[in-house]
Amino acid sequence: MTLLLDIALVAWLLALAVHVAVQSEERSAIIALLAFGLLLGLAWVRLAAPDVALTEIAIGGGGTAVLLLRAEAALRGRDRQEEGMTRAGKLAVAVGCAAISAGLGFAVLTLSTPPPTLAPAASEALAATGLGNPVTAVLLAYRALDTLLEKVVVLLALIGVWSLAPDGIWGGAPDVKPTAVPAPLSYLARILPPFGVVIGIYMFWVGADAPGGTFQAGTVLAAMWLLAMMAGLTPAPDTERLLLRIALMGGPALFLVIAFLGFAFADGFLAYPESVAKPLIVAIEAALALSVAAALAMLVAGPARKAPAR
Amino acid sequence: MSSLADIVTIVLVTAGALLFLGGTLGLLRFPDTLSRLHAISKADNLGLGLIVIGLLPQATSVTGGLKPIGVWLLAQLSAATASQLLARTIYRDRSEP
Repeated sequence: MTLLLDIALVAWLLALAVHVAVQSEERSAIIALLAFGLLLGLAWVRLAAPDVALTEIAIGGGGTAVLLLRAEAALRGRDRQEEGMTRAGKLAVAVGCAAISAGLGFAVLTLSTPPPTLAPAASEALAATGLGNPVTAVLLAYRALDTLLEKVVVLLALIGVWSLAPDGIWGGAPDVKPTAVPAPLSYLARILPPFGVVIGIYMFWVGADAPGGTFQAGTVLAAMWLLAMMAGLTPAPDTERLLLRIALMGGPALFLVIAFLGFAFADGFLAYPESVAKPLIVAIEAALALSVAAALAMLVAGPARKAPAR
Repeated sequence: MSSLADIVTIVLVTAGALLFLGGTLGLLRFPDTLSRLHAISKADNLGLGLIVIGLLPQATSVTGGLKPIGVWLLAQLSAATASQLLARTIYRDRSEP
């Protein structure tokens, strides 16, 4: 019975992927990409990876689509100078992508049974970290270096977006609110954020023992802040404001401090002393969730559009 | 007793799925965007409601039953707002010469 669902899901995904690729109107393609992200999240659930599913739906579906929609709206109406890709170029890209997909599929299908996996080793060492969710243990204990570098990459992307502002208005506020805020949007922005903030904090808190985590929580919190900014309930902050920059830097900075303290109190870089492993991990997660929320909201808000208020 | 709960679940979830199907048919077949919006928002909200009510007999605890209801209310809120905003844009574009 579930095989039928899996086959239907794969067929939908392929059809939607082809639709996104051949769609000439960009707004429809972006919305189809949003639907693709949702279906891919379902696929991750079928593969028993609910944490990845949450992140895929939140960021791969929602976050990316909102970014692309805003970019498309900003570019709409401007005349295009570039020439499209030649037929041979498109064919080469299609063949390359198909070859990679076929290679990955072949590699997965020819894995030995039972497939090689580190899941038992990861679960065994969970007791030392005090966590209940092996995914969080991998993200913040076994492979904490990857998570640290990911958060730094998000900050670098934000600096890249901010650098699009003209020199004269560097440090100003981005433009998020439309000129006339529709009443339904204002209503939603008043009703939804209290629930959204509670759900976001819950997702971060429960990530220690059940599916959840910092990125998912950060995305929900960022969405609530963006909603309030878009409805004009709170002004978009000047990008040079110290509080904003402290919020953005706080997570990675705390992570780095704890990482270097590992030299003094434990085995080395990014090692946690076993007695305080869980409180340290939760503290790092809290700071990271806030930083990710601020970074994602500012990424969607875009570069500065008016001079800073000095 | 549990077979009665299963029958109720199957009936209500099937009704909800049929409503989703009806809403999608409306989305595909109605002539213009405003009536399509009407079709998907009405059918999907009621369809989701029936599915949620149909899943309530399967809930094992009070919180387990309250969560789908919460999801339904949040989905209704966001779908209603999205439909209003879309309809407003279409109406405004249509009335411009």
